Amino acid sequence: MCLAIPSKITKIDNQMATIDVDGVQREVSLLLLADAQVGDYVIVHAGFAIQKVDEAAAKETLKLLREALSLMGRREGD
Amino acid sequence: MSIKYMDEYRDSEISRKLVEKIGNLSRNAIRLMEVCGTHTVAIFRSGIRSVLPETITLLSGPGCPVCVTDQKEIDAFIELARTKDVIITTFGDLMRVPGTFSSLQQERADGRDIRVVYSTFDALEVAKKNPEKKVVFLGIGFETTAPTIAAAILAAVQREIENFLVISAHKLVPPALEALVATANVAIDGFILPGHVSVIIGLKAYQPFFEKHRIPSVVTGFEPTDILQAILILVEQVEKKYPRLENAYQRAVTFDGNAKAWNMMQEVFETVDAGWRGLGVIPQSGLKIRERFRAHDAARVFDIQVHGTQDPRGCACGEILTGLKTPPECPLYKTRCSPTDPVGPCMVSSEGTCAAYYRYHAD
Ligand code: SF4
Repeated sequence: MCLAIPSKITKIDNQMATIDVDGVQREVSLLLLADAQVGDYVIVHAGFAIQKVDEAAAKETLKLLREALSLMGRREGD
Repeated sequence: MSIKYMDEYRDSEISRKLVEKIGNLSRNAIRLMEVCGTHTVAIFRSGIRSVLPETITLLSGPGCPVCVTDQKEIDAFIELARTKDVIITTFGDLMRVPGTFSSLQQERADGRDIRVVYSTFDALEVAKKNPEKKVVFLGIGFETTAPTIAAAILAAVQREIENFLVISAHKLVPPALEALVATANVAIDGFILPGHVSVIIGLKAYQPFFEKHRIPSVVTGFEPTDILQAILILVEQVEKKYPRLENAYQRAVTFDGNAKAWNMMQEVFETVDAGWRGLGVIPQSGLKIRERFRAHDAARVFDIQVHGTQDPRGCACGEILTGLKTPPECPLYKTRCSPTDPVGPCMVSSEGTCAAYYRYHAD
């Protein structure tokens, strides 16, 4: 039921957003999201955007994980 | 188009290191349960089960919406489909679930108007285009889906689409965790908590449960890295005997959850006791449409009578949903029951444990 991969909002018209899912454009409702903007990555469930993905948190998690696993230094400049 | 860092969540080197670390840390035999159908599928698809040390057993809990729907509710859906001037709208997975005497698919073949939709707003459109009919949406699912249904009911009120109705069979995750722990013989050392249910309800929703039982619990996402990280955290907690409630899905899940979605859900629904397949009636684990939206509540508008409900004979779906059995322990698995000819809902839904076992040959 859950589409796990975040999708990017490419257009917003009233309470509807157009998202890009692997090159396919889809319409989703923004009624359940407080402050979505074009360019945001959102998690979509059954035609509704339910959350914005926090990019800073995503990077922080990876950083901590790499540290914990002694994988630092890889992918510099990514 | 995807986010660049997402690739890193699938990085095989990170995954390999995580598996290695889990192997080094894990001493005691433990049983971990994921409580989300999307996790079940993600775990099978990524092959995580086969790379974990033998000390770790992964169980799939009551996280597949179609599977936990009570047989009585399935029968009620079918009864509704037989009602004059009714159009049924539903998510696709429900179509093939066998009721006691029929299925929605069978009913459609017999000429009833049953339409598969992608979202509740599609169902609303069906209602708008068919003003002479009553259009009923079959509301199943957890806290992720319930707000989308609440939004549709509110939109129906606002747009005066009076012939849009919902039958609510929604289920709530935290009460189910309580019921699982209370079930005799179900020994679970740690929970992998659902990602997108938690997006809505937030980490805080699990606090009362955690404080009562002190069972290691981690919310996580759906990439291999997310799941392995959650398993590592759980193994650490168990080995150190230091249970905590943690969030390994910080990019999407906050402590408070999605307040807007949550409030919409509260506006439309109130909690009620609800029957679950495999778990029986769990107090305050379901959602009922509030009185002021009664015109949109199919349970109030129609007098639905179901008689003679029986679970599919020989099907162990209920025990599988509580971790008491695995699919190969069901005598019908792969003999009489397969995805093309399913006996129980755990084989119908792509998120069902039996279907996942079958598909990924995990036995
Ligand atoms: S294999 Fe089929 S009959 Fe057995 S528990 Fe699973 S769904 Fe039920």
